[in-house]
Amino acid sequence: MIKVNQLAKNYGPIKAVNNLTFSAKKGDVLGFLGPNGAGKSTTMKILTGFISPSHGDATVCGLSVEDYPIEVKSKIGYMPENAPLYDDMTVLDFLSFIADLREIPKAAITHKIQEVLDLCALNGVKHQTIETLSKGFKRRLSLAQALIHDPEVLILDEPTDGLDPNQKHDVRELIKKLSHNKCIILSTHILEEVESVCNRAIIISNGEKKFDGTPEELKNKSSEHKLDDVFRAITTGESVQGVNL
Amino acid sequence: MISHSVKVIFKKELKNYFSSPLGYVFLTIFIFAIGYVTFEPGRGSFFQMRQSDLSAFFKYVPWLFIILVPAVSMKLWAEEKKSGTIELLLTLPVTVTEAVLGKFLAAWAFLAIALICTFPLVLTVAYLGNPDLGVIFIGYIASFLLAGSFLAIGNFFSALTKNQVVSFILSVVFCYLFFMAGSPPTLEFLSSFSPKYVVNLFESLSVLDHFSSMSAGLIALGDLWFYAVLITGWVFGSIVLLTDKKQA
Repeated sequence: MIKVNQLAKNYGPIKAVNNLTFSAKKGDVLGFLGPNGAGKSTTMKILTGFISPSHGDATVCGLSVEDYPIEVKSKIGYMPENAPLYDDMTVLDFLSFIADLREIPKAAITHKIQEVLDLCALNGVKHQTIETLSKGFKRRLSLAQALIHDPEVLILDEPTDGLDPNQKHDVRELIKKLSHNKCIILSTHILEEVESVCNRAIIISNGEKKFDGTPEELKNKSSEHKLDDVFRAITTGESVQGVNL
Repeated sequence: MISHSVKVIFKKELKNYFSSPLGYVFLTIFIFAIGYVTFEPGRGSFFQMRQSDLSAFFKYVPWLFIILVPAVSMKLWAEEKKSGTIELLLTLPVTVTEAVLGKFLAAWAFLAIALICTFPLVLTVAYLGNPDLGVIFIGYIASFLLAGSFLAIGNFFSALTKNQVVSFILSVVFCYLFFMAGSPPTLEFLSSFSPKYVVNLFESLSVLDHFSSMSAGLIALGDLWFYAVLITGWVFGSIVLLTDKKQA
């Protein structure tokens, strides 16, 4: 459903993404790993049509993100990094604004909103203004707006960042529940997260792909099955004890 | 012609003015200020002229707008960029053009509401005498178009920066420049060193000229064209700016 072909993005002399190629199909939960500044968010911004690539192309559901931006955007649910939201709106107003822009029929809007409120456990705060919500609720609301149109493709930029362990658990369970009929890409620093929810992992560093495989394969590169060690060896290029790349 | 997305964004933005203090603070300040300067007991004021018309009112509208319209427009895009919500908005199935139009039209409608709220002044002159309501109506149209022009300038500078203060200051300066381009001191200064056609160009660009003839009740096709070109140009500029950011 997602094909990325030799994608590159330059900011002046800096190569944020360099020659990145991968694909993902329905049912995949693809974990995007890499140190800060590796190009994870940039890749996601290109896929969602927020920025244009310098070279290469990306297709979502067979449509090029550059040539059919509106069609592509309507197939994607996107949770941007840090979950930006309109702080002065209430949760309900915000979700109905998103639903309306997503062209969900008027008759179905109330039902759809209730569905995502239940799914993301937001019922208790639905009348509150967004600025009064805690970080955990804001993340979940950002996830809710990404799910409201039941998209085929879900792109989540650090969905569990800043959540407490229980909330992290809930979000991971939710992602697993959604995964069977969607294609999900999520970025994270948390290596256990990849193990628990992803069926594939891609490691990028300095804008380039360093690893593409299952979390199991990644783990097996370390004699002690330590993901941390493998991650360090791959992204820094240093030799780490017990890791055989 | 107006797409669904423009309408949805328009509704959300307009509602936003009245769900935050901004809308009420603006309306209160605008109405008090315009009421005060209209009836202010100085030279050329309403009571000195002893005429039942609103020329004192229309004389001061542009000056208030130079400060107050940028106060409305400064947040349009700068705030979206600062808080990151621009990423949310532009990854929804919305084009940049639709987003710009929705926001711009909502802000313009809000300014129209502010103008409509000055209706007691019309009632006052109608009570005191027998004013030419046609002239007053055209004056209001001129004020509305002037608000749109300043707003288009402000919208552009808001799209240029993520800092609302920078956006505000640049907008005030450019609104002032456009407004004063045709004033005698500017033209005199220009004619001291530049050829006649430059002076003519500045004169024709002046918002002041177009505004004063209209607020005196004269409606010329040229004036309408002037506002149309000015507004479209600046709005188009902001669309180009925001689209360009994508490629950066």
